[in-house]
Formats: sequence, structure tokens, C-alpha cells
Amino acid sequence: MKPIFLVATVGLGLALAGCKKSDSPAGSGSAQSAKKGDVKDAPSRIDGKMVLLRGNGAEPSDLDPQLVTGVPEHMILMGLFECLTGQDPKDLHPVPAAAERWEVSADQLTYTFYIRKNAQWSNGDAVTAHDFHRSYRRILEPTLAAQYAYMHHVVKGAQDYNEGKLKDFAQVGYKVVDDHTFQITLVGPTPYFLSLVNHTSWMPVHLPTVEKHGKAYERGSKWTRPENFVCNGPFTLAKWEVNQFISIVRNPKHWNAAAVKLDEIRFLPITDQATEERMFRDGKLHVTDTVPPTKIEVYQKNSPAYIRIDPYLANYFYRINVTKPPLNDKRVRQALALAIDREGIVKFVTKAGQIPAFNMTPPGTAGYTFRSSGSAGVAEAKKLLAAAGYPDGKGFPSVEILYNTQDTHRSVAEAIQQMWKQNLGIEVKLLNQEWKVYLDSQRQLNYQICRAGWTGDYVDPNTFLDMWLTGGGQNETGWGNKEYDRLITEAGRTADAAARLELFQKAEAILMDEMPILPIYFYTRSHLISPKVKGWHPTLLDLHPYEHLSLE
Amino acid sequence: MARFLFIRLLQTLPVLWAVATLTFFMVRYAPGGPFTAEKSIPPEILKRLEAHYGLDQPLGVQYLRFLKNLVTGREPSIRHANRTVGEIIRESFPVSLELGSWALLIALGIGLPAGMLAAQKPNTLQDYVPMSAAMVGVGLPTFVLGPLVVLLFALKFGWFNTSGWNAPSDRVLPAFTLGCHLAAYVARLTRGGMLEVMGQDFIRTARAKGASGWRILTRHAWRGGLLPVVTFLGPAAAGLITGSFVIETVFNIPGLGKYFVGSVFDRDIPVVGGTVFFFAALILFFNLLVDIAQAWLNPKVRLE
Repeated sequence: MKPIFLVATVGLGLALAGCKKSDSPAGSGSAQSAKKGDVKDAPSRIDGKMVLLRGNGAEPSDLDPQLVTGVPEHMILMGLFECLTGQDPKDLHPVPAAAERWEVSADQLTYTFYIRKNAQWSNGDAVTAHDFHRSYRRILEPTLAAQYAYMHHVVKGAQDYNEGKLKDFAQVGYKVVDDHTFQITLVGPTPYFLSLVNHTSWMPVHLPTVEKHGKAYERGSKWTRPENFVCNGPFTLAKWEVNQFISIVRNPKHWNAAAVKLDEIRFLPITDQATEERMFRDGKLHVTDTVPPTKIEVYQKNSPAYIRIDPYLANYFYRINVTKPPLNDKRVRQALALAIDREGIVKFVTKAGQIPAFNMTPPGTAGYTFRSSGSAGVAEAKKLLAAAGYPDGKGFPSVEILYNTQDTHRSVAEAIQQMWKQNLGIEVKLLNQEWKVYLDSQRQLNYQICRAGWTGDYVDPNTFLDMWLTGGGQNETGWGNKEYDRLITEAGRTADAAARLELFQKAEAILMDEMPILPIYFYTRSHLISPKVKGWHPTLLDLHPYEHLSLE
Repeated sequence: MARFLFIRLLQTLPVLWAVATLTFFMVRYAPGGPFTAEKSIPPEILKRLEAHYGLDQPLGVQYLRFLKNLVTGREPSIRHANRTVGEIIRESFPVSLELGSWALLIALGIGLPAGMLAAQKPNTLQDYVPMSAAMVGVGLPTFVLGPLVVLLFALKFGWFNTSGWNAPSDRVLPAFTLGCHLAAYVARLTRGGMLEVMGQDFIRTARAKGASGWRILTRHAWRGGLLPVVTFLGPAAAGLITGSFVIETVFNIPGLGKYFVGSVFDRDIPVVGGTVFFFAALILFFNLLVDIAQAWLNPKVRLE
């Protein structure tokens, strides 16, 4: 046995020594990367062209803006298509895009968009009001079964048409006034409407092209392949190498082409964070999709110019199934909420500058910040638990936290398990499930406490609060409250901005008193980004309009 | 020989059918469906989505549609909306085939000589060195070795790209990682097989007649000694050329391996069926090759 051990140890020793050697004979271009912690910058020109290289998470499922649902698709589509309104690169407020201006009626129900006369599709056709009319009909057609069609439900008649209750599209609130004037009539005043129409589901598609390669109102058209693709954005689709990269290049037909600085953007699908980080360090990417949590501190310490962490319009929370004891008692839920040390979680577990959350809506969402009643401490939590019949956690039945299989979720759950044990004296078990199994359990209320996350669809408190309506599709807690439903519905009818936000305040106060959810933290988005990238501003939705980006 | 091939091909049919059927019912009965998402889909949309992909049909009809797709490959993927199962396999299989072939070459190139060397003088340093290295290779998973070689040869020395599949040199690191892991198994099997043969009577006879050690190895022993390796290589080669999820993830390679794992996570039923069926067919094919090779290597094995 001994010699084997000896050899193995020596072999391993050699391998480790090889790793540690600091300045070794260099191959080509290794001089910069030889030093530990050094990052090689990606080149700002490839063959004389300004090409942005961007890590983009998963391989996109499709590039049909009316059918896709994911973030990676959104990142590509915002370069390819242009909505009626665009987004300001600094704070995403609505700016003219396909529409050069718009008017809002006094009752805030009718929006009239004036589409610019020089707007063109990438095949040279003019972009007209008819294009928007036909596109919005397509996404609402029941046969298309578009998952994000509900984003149009703020428009008069849209929901009925989408659900097949209304057969005549002429009755839906879209109207072509003339070739360049498009009018939209809403169900109720919707202060966030101009931001809503930036979403992928509001992008126009070139119907003649869709029909040429399939059926207009059904899935499965091949129009999104590069050779067939027609779009109206600042970039057009040049290449789609599956699982390698998608390349979009400047669209010379775009009305604002002269202002676009980048010649090309390449989106690389990289699912593994560590792989992406190594590519970034090797100068193969200008911007990464994420940063591995273990690398955040390393970059902050060694190369702070290369890392950015910005607030993001999303939160991390636990759903509680309020239909089963002991969690049907709101005092128990309140006690659990109070006994979580959120500061500790963001500081020692998640580590990416997340903001501890004591309510549902991220602070500063469209001018709305929840007025917290001040947070009570662990003593209060113990009192509540005792009042519910479990003094010092005695007799508390076994409770389980469900999360989808992932390291971060496990660490957070373990931390909370420990906090509840220490602060309340109760034992909870942890259970992890594969993503879809977990989603299924959550939907079926087949859980007691369950990890969850929510990203805002648009910048308005409504996107975080209307999901808790009684029986709502995203509620999944079994919780319902008549007064809450009334407040949210009334907010949807209120035109006065201040009064509307006040209704949200009241509603959220109910939510946070009833505690069908335990807010934990508000997400941040972290990127590794080359300092050469200019025009990349922190925005709440982590969107960065490409026409404003450039490389030094 | 023709009769043997015919019977073997007939035998594959029930196996393939069983694999397909098991796959279908397992993925169909797994919790969650292709449209289960964090943002739940309104019920009326979900109904139409399922109708579009035929998932609202009776299970029998779905099953037949599933089987038909295994033959035609024309069914569209649910996750990769504008491509069919056939296209997915056609696009990504050549990549995996190339990577797998390089890895196989490396595995044999390192593993066979190492195993032979070790078997030649068992329980000496000539045995311990390659076999200890092989133990490290067996014990070192590719998800550890992969990032290690990237850190060393790509980031530190700058000889290769960290990942990707563009330049010819991009083949080196993933093929090496995959090949090294397999080489370890090949080396150990070669050693075991060779040692067994070396102890047999006909080898002793050859020695008695004065044949040199080298000649015994290359003339007499290798045929029998390599039998375990050949048996192992059948399924291993099928696995290699259909891609490795880990290697493809670590090196960001557009191969087939990603689809095996990804399609199950996505409950992308047509792609799960297509990839599993393809893999099963390849395994059967390689096992057939193994049987033929064994008959050639070992006169005791008769094809009939």
C-alpha cells in the first residue's frame, strides 16, 4: 500500500505546485493574465467594429416578442424591436420611440400615439398604425395562446377578446385613426401605462412576414429564423448559432440609426456562472449576466472597477399556506416574520448588497415606499407565539420549508431554520424539490412554507400587490381578504396619483398585518462589466437601451 | 454472420419500444408540465397551449404521437419553439460526435499503454505509478478537472480559450478533460484483463518457448486481455459521442448533452423522447459492434 500512497501524494503535490506557480513562461497574450486577480479586458473593436459581447444566461426559447416570457429573450428583443414608447437610459421613463409624441385624454382613458413618418421595418416597409393594430390583435387572439397577453388586459375589451368572450376585434380599444395615428382606450386610468407599452408583449411584429412562414394566429411560424427575420428596432438579427451566440447588427433602416454607436451585439448563452466568470476574466465578454456569489467579495476587493451591483425590482420572500394549522393563525405568521434576522441574511448569506425587506413592494417603486409601522423585535415574536398557544415553541407542530434545489435557497433556508430555533424555540425541517416539482407543489398548496421570488413586470406597486387578490393566479397561499381586494380594485379605478398610492398603502398594511408572506430581501442585480462600456446606468429593471451604449 | 445480425436487429426492437414507453410515461407523470412557470399561466391560455401541443388529448393518442415523433423527428420542441426535435439532434450531434471521438482517442491513447505497462510488471513502480494516476483520474470528476485545466492552461498560461467551440484549439481542453477521466477506467480495465491472461497456460507455454516479454504482450496476450476494455467501450463510446452535460456546461459547447438534461428539467416531452431514443439506439448499435469485436478477439465466442 505504502508506495501507492506515496506516488499519489507526490502526483497531487506536483499538480498543486503547478497551480501555484506565479510567474511562468508565457504563451501568447498571457502577460496580463499571469498575475492573480487580474482581469483581461475584452477588446473594444473586433475587425474594426464596435462589438459588445454580453453573457445572456439561458439559450432563448424564441425571438417572437409576443410569445417569449423570459429575461434572456427580453434582453435581445429590446435591441430588435421598438415599441410605441422607448425608455430613458438613466431611469427608464417613457421617451418617444416608434411614436414621436402622444396625447392623453383628460380622463386618462384614451392615449393617442403619433407614429413617426420615417419609421421603417428592416425590409423597408413603413411602420404604420396598422402594424400595431394587427400585432395587438395577434397577441390577443385566443388561438395564439400568448402567455403575456394579460399585459394588454388594461385595454378596453382586450381581456374578453383574449378569453374568447368577445368575438369582434373592432370592439377592443385599439383604433387606427389614420396611417400614422393610433389610439388606445383603456378600462381604467393606468398611470403606468406608458411604461407598460415598453414590454416585449407590446412590441409590433411584421404580420406579412409572420404569415409568410406560418400561420399568423398560431404558434410555430418559422419567421424568427435569421434568414426570415423582419424587425423595426435599432438592430437586426444577423446570426443565431444555437447554444453559441446570437448576433444583432445595427439596422441601417432605423430612423435613429445615426445615433446608434454599437455596430454589433453578441449575446452568448452561458448557463454556468463560473464558466461565465472565467470567460470574463479571459477577455471574452464585456458584460456578464450574473456574478457567482463566491466571487463578489473577490472582485470588490481586487478589481472593484469591474463589478456593479444595483437594486432590482424584485423581492425574495416565503409564501405561507394559510389554510392549514398552525400557520392559519396570523399570530404565528407574525411571530415567524419577526424572528428573521434579515440583516444577517443579506450580510452573511447572500452577500450581494441585497436590501432587507419588511414588506412586499420594493422601496421607491414609482414614488411609492411602504410606510412601515416600525419593526418589533424578537420579544414581541415570542409573545405572539405564546398567545397563539405555543409558549417558547412548546407543542409547536413540525413545519417544513420548501425550496427549489439551489445553493442560495438552501443557505437562506438553513439560516432561517436556525433563527427560528434560537428565537422561538421551534423546529422546522427543510425540503428541496426540483424546479417544476416545486412549482407544482406551490400551485397545489402542497406545502407549509415555501420560498418564492417575484420580479415586477413594470415599475408600479400594482405589479407587487394585485397578485394577492383572493383566488388570483399568482396568489398560491390560500389567503384572501375582502377589504384588500376592494382597495386594490379601487386603486385600479383611481385617476388621482396621490390617492391611488394611498390606497396601495392601506392595502399593503393589511397584507403585512395578515402576513400570508414573509418578505426577506429585495434583490440586487450584479454584473461583471468592463470599464470600457459607456452609457450603462443602474436601472430598476436592469434594462439598458442599446442605442445609448458604446465601447471606449 | 448475416443471420446473427438479423436476429440482433430484431431483438433491438422490443428494447427500443420499452425504452420509449418508459420514457413517455415517466416524463408524462412527473410533477409539473412544460408550461409550469414561476408566473402561473391563466387557465384558459394554458388550456390552449396544451391543445396546441396535443397535450389535451387522451393519453393513448399522446403516446402514439410521441412514438411517431421518434421515427420522424418532426415534432416541434416546446422549449426551443422554432426548431423540431430532428433539427436539434442534427445540429448538436456532430459537435458531440467530434468531441467524443477526440476524447475516445485520448482515452485509448493514454489508457491502453498505461494499463499494458502496469500489467507487464505488476506490483512494481511501473505498476504503481500509472495505476495511482488512474485512481486520481477515476476519483477526479470532470466538473473539478474541467475548471482546473481552464484555470491552468487558459487563464494562467493563456494557451487556449476558456470556453467556446470556434477555433480548432477549442477542442483541446474539453477533449482532454473528458478523455482523461475515461483513460483512467481504460487503464485499470486493461491492467486487469491483461493480468488475467498473463496467468494462463498458453502464455506460460509461450514463455517456455522463449518468447520475449514484449512479444508475448503484443502477439499473444493482448487479444484476450483487451476483452474487458472492448466490452466497456461499447456503452462508453455511445455515452461519449452523445455529449456530456458537465463538459458542455463548463466549456460552453453547443453539443447534444445539454438537451438530455435540459429537456427533462423543461418537461420538453418531444425532446426528452428524441434524445433518449437516439441514445438508446446508439447504445444498442455499439453493443452490437462490441459483440462482433469480441468474436474476432476471442475464438471461444461464437456469433451464433
